Amino acid sequence: MARIVVVTSGKGGVGKTTTSAAFAAGLAQAGHRTVVIDFDVGLRNLDLIMGCERRVVYDFVNVINGEANLNQALIRDKRVDGLEILPASQTRDKDALTFEGVEAVLTQLAETHDYIVCDSPAGIERGAHLAMYFADDALVVTNPEVSSVRDSDRVLGLLASKTRRAEQGEPPVSEHLVVTRYAPSRVGKGEMLSVEDIREILSIDLLGVIPESTAVLNASNAGVPVILEDKTDAGQAYADVVARYLGEQREHRFLDEKKGLFGRLFKG
Amino acid sequence: MGFLDYFRSEKKRSASLAKERLQVIVARERGHRGGPDYLPALQQEILGVIRKYIEVDDDAVRIQVEREGDCEVLELNVTLPED
Ligand SMILES: Nc1ncnc2c1ncn2[C@@H]1O[C@H](COP(=O)(O)OP(=O)(O)O)[C@@H](O)[C@H]1O
Ligand SMILES: [Mg+2]
Repeated sequence: MARIVVVTSGKGGVGKTTTSAAFAAGLAQAGHRTVVIDFDVGLRNLDLIMGCERRVVYDFVNVINGEANLNQALIRDKRVDGLEILPASQTRDKDALTFEGVEAVLTQLAETHDYIVCDSPAGIERGAHLAMYFADDALVVTNPEVSSVRDSDRVLGLLASKTRRAEQGEPPVSEHLVVTRYAPSRVGKGEMLSVEDIREILSIDLLGVIPESTAVLNASNAGVPVILEDKTDAGQAYADVVARYLGEQREHRFLDEKKGLFGRLFKG
Repeated sequence: MGFLDYFRSEKKRSASLAKERLQVIVARERGHRGGPDYLPALQQEILGVIRKYIEVDDDAVRIQVEREGDCEVLELNVTLPED
């Protein structure tokens, strides 16, 4: 049986797709058979971040509609063994995904994978609801910024009420906070909410903090999940996230500003 | 207070203001969660009625649904201005 992990946030542009790609690649690197699904119907993006956009033939909706089978639609990653992606459809029909269809695909994938990572679209409408509905675990991606934190709280409310686990009275979806685009120097100056502030407001367990990093843009330019750039701060932060998710204890890193000469002069 | 401290404390307020505002709004939205969809509208109307008689702040009316066993209790708090 596979574990289904949704990467969600409410707000757009906070780093869900970046996180989905990195997290799925990290799980596969650790030896788990992993598939990452793009639920963002209409706006396919995960394929670009994963660097397989030119290999897309069939997509999630084709499989649901029976126009292709899963094996035809799944794209095997060329760098990491045991990593596959199921691309989103570019159809403009937002109702192309159905509960029954999604359930059938997930059930079939669960037979041959250890982890199914669902990259949620933004918002709290149908697409986001479907992406979270069957989840066992949720990575709640949050930026240190008021609207993102508020949206994350709304998403937590939905995870607790509008998921299969909630509706069937099973143990709840386990929620993990992933704070991304964190700028310790701005937190130090009191301009940005700290990880502690965010954790206190949302009161969920902190899985990791990803620093604001040029490595993310570089990796997306190249179509490489940033976790594979293992010399970079963001890559290492994602590696920590995966290790903690898999049960390893690791100290949180990248929480303090790299003090330049000025920082040292003024703070003494 | 030194020159630099002055700037530092000004900026300190930006993140702590964000935190305070978030704590208030998140608490309010959690109170409505799981409750009927008409709660925000009900809250606005009650506020309107109270305002016919007294001047109160926008957040003077707090409303939330508590579940107690089989019962749902609608809790209504109205803060009146001091004077
Ligand atoms: N840690 C980070 N540092 C810098 N930029 C980031 C970071 N995480 C995400 N980004 C950038 O933010 C933008 C949105 O990221 P994306 O993963 O597509 O978000 P979402 O899927 O939530 O819409 C992209 O341009 C991405 O490169
Ligand atoms: Mg995305």
